[in-house]
Amino acid sequence: MKKMKAADINETISWQDITLGAEIYEPATSRYVQTGEWRVMTPVFKEDKCKQCLLCVPFCPDSSIPVSEGRRTDFDFYHCKGCGICVTVCPFDAIDYVREEK
Amino acid sequence: MAYNLKRELNKPERLAGGHRLCAGCGAGIAVRGVLRALEEGDKAVIGNATGCLEVSTFNYPNTAYYDSYIHTAFENAGATLSGVEAAYNVLKKKGKVKETYKFITFGGDGGTYDIGLQSLSGAMERGHDMVYVCYDNEAYMNTGIQRASSTPRFADATTSPAGTEIPGKVQNKKNLTEIMAAHNIPYVAQTTFLGDFRDLHNKAHKAIYTEGPCFLNVLAPCPRGWRYEAADLPEICRLAVDTCVWPLYEIENGVWRLTYEPRRKLPVEEFLSRQGRFRHMFQRGNEWMIRETQDYVDQQWEKLLKKCE
Amino acid sequence: MAIRERMSGNEAVATAMRQINPDVCGAFPITPSTEIPEYFSQFMANGLVDTQFVPVESEHSAMSVCIGASAAGARAVTATSSAGLAYMWELLYVAASSRLPITMAVSNRALTGPISIGNDHSDSMGARDSGWLQIYAENNQEVYDNFIQGILITEATRLPVMICQDGFITSHGVANIELLEDEKVRDFVGEYEPEEYLLNAENPLAVGPYGTAPYYMEVKRAQAQAMKEAGTAILDVARRFEELSGRSYGFIEEYRMEDAEMAVVAIGSSAGTGKAAVDQLREEGVKAGLVKVRVFRPFPAKELAEALGKVKAAAIMDKAESFSGCGGPMFAETRSALYDLEQRPALVNYIYGLGGRDVTVDHFFHVFRDLEEICSGGEVGEVYRYIGVRDGGAEK
Repeated sequence: MKKMKAADINETISWQDITLGAEIYEPATSRYVQTGEWRVMTPVFKEDKCKQCLLCVPFCPDSSIPVSEGRRTDFDFYHCKGCGICVTVCPFDAIDYVREEK
Repeated sequence: MAYNLKRELNKPERLAGGHRLCAGCGAGIAVRGVLRALEEGDKAVIGNATGCLEVSTFNYPNTAYYDSYIHTAFENAGATLSGVEAAYNVLKKKGKVKETYKFITFGGDGGTYDIGLQSLSGAMERGHDMVYVCYDNEAYMNTGIQRASSTPRFADATTSPAGTEIPGKVQNKKNLTEIMAAHNIPYVAQTTFLGDFRDLHNKAHKAIYTEGPCFLNVLAPCPRGWRYEAADLPEICRLAVDTCVWPLYEIENGVWRLTYEPRRKLPVEEFLSRQGRFRHMFQRGNEWMIRETQDYVDQQWEKLLKKCE
Repeated sequence: MAIRERMSGNEAVATAMRQINPDVCGAFPITPSTEIPEYFSQFMANGLVDTQFVPVESEHSAMSVCIGASAAGARAVTATSSAGLAYMWELLYVAASSRLPITMAVSNRALTGPISIGNDHSDSMGARDSGWLQIYAENNQEVYDNFIQGILITEATRLPVMICQDGFITSHGVANIELLEDEKVRDFVGEYEPEEYLLNAENPLAVGPYGTAPYYMEVKRAQAQAMKEAGTAILDVARRFEELSGRSYGFIEEYRMEDAEMAVVAIGSSAGTGKAAVDQLREEGVKAGLVKVRVFRPFPAKELAEALGKVKAAAIMDKAESFSGCGGPMFAETRSALYDLEQRPALVNYIYGLGGRDVTVDHFFHVFRDLEEICSGGEVGEVYRYIGVRDGGAEK
């Protein structure tokens, strides 16, 4: 039995190749899934207004506010679903919420 | 070490994006918050009851977890992780597993308050070194917002609809946290998402690093089922706590302690009026529903204060 | 040197478990398998095994514990009967589809209702389509031997296995048995070293996904293939076991079938009763034979067709109803297995021994008399028959 990598598993996979018992042998393969396309509204990070309090980060259900060396960076738009929680939680008006142009 | 949000957020993430939970879902926030309390370097096996979280975070071939993960069924998350923990104890003794592992399982309120209660109770009674986390969104959301024993009285759910004769759910919410406390396990707490997540983090950390079975009940609002704008989640959580609908407390080795006391206890309307599931309570002639809800919340709050004295 | 002992089938299974020294045993008591966890926890209490026994609050949790333990990389065993097996139902499918090795002793007992503690096969026969391997024993020796082999079979196929014996008849009946030495059993089963497991620090494993329509069927097809190929592992383990013990096992056992004109097919302890009938009939010059089915999953279709292709008539004995309205499970599958034969024997079905109803040599004489009539050109008539039931007259 081959140990297929999740990135190589798609809807054309044969039964001979499917992983045994539908197991997955790697961490966090959902990273390959683009959920950003679900967005209707989009948060816009205004870095100049951000005080780096990071209160928005733990509220994100989609792990889409990356933190690097104690500072948040721009959104991970590949995964952000645009729920807007970060917008309401921000005490400094550092996140705008706009309708996405498709 | 005192809680520091910045330090905690510098740790590697343990739940990846790309899962299929609805936008603004409280379950994702709960899982991230709890797993963040794991010490860096400690390994974990994550268990999961069938439910929204499970179908969304391990949808073949995509797992959202950086750690090992197991889901088997709806009603047995407690027992399944018991088996994993039992295996760990033996394999560790035999020297086949060398690392430190922690065992954390997540269940929705359906899988925890209701169909999985027996399995949970058994796992807690047997004393497995594990944490059971209920993300409580107060109805069976995965199947389409049916009432549960965790659904509060008067809530409009698809199997307890508000009609002309029956005003939504007839029964009060089951107090699962107290049921778990009655198991006399070392640590039980209830929490939700507030401010810098200090309350949730500290409780999760205690639960994970207290030896023996521990239980966390996390109120995890569901925008779809509760009918509010997804972005309003922080305010909904704040109101749940400040109206004392969802008090924050813990029971550590039998000692009850409030971890948050509202400066000013708000009337329940503040919480109820923000959610479509309670809309009918605000129609003319239904004032008694709000009154009775307030009476019930007050009575429960007083009882809790006595326990926490 | 083998050890000569006298013990019940339950004690034999518990002894096999002690010798195997599994990592985890999750079990809940239910008559008539209760003694297995009892004996086993005594072994634990006396420090004879390294196993972690998980005294769960239900069979549902017993199977859940075994699944969790097996996924975590441990060798997991359990025991149950009847309603306990029924309560595990959903998890049987989870274990099999997740391809987790688990060895489960089943002391067969009737399923309710009315509630009964008597033996029949309605519990495990009901679970025949759950994706578990099923191996049945005629006597104490066989259940002991099968349980030891089960460990290696389940690990080789990555399909869970039920090791079945007849409740009370062999589970509680004390009989002579030849045990293997502890070291020999431990060497035979070796150490369990799974390739992927939850506690593998090198690489995390995710088990039990939501399988959407584009994937579900491929998973099932692969599982079906594992069942199709499981026979190879079963025979391979049997061959190695024979080298160790001198006792040989296959899918079926043919008893005095060389020149038989008629045969009965039976599972479990009744095969022993049937053999006694065959011996007596042979003395009278009747060409009777018996086929005992040891492995029911995978179903030994080819072997049964070969064995029964030579006879004129055969009776398929079912110790379970399937309420299909036209016969028991063994009958349905055996008849199907014979369909492609150019020369098919006449087949009849007897539902017998339900809920602990006695099964005697006389019953088998009766069956063989019926077969003799068919062989001599008599009408076959209704093939779906009961034996050992009080019959108040013609059916309406």
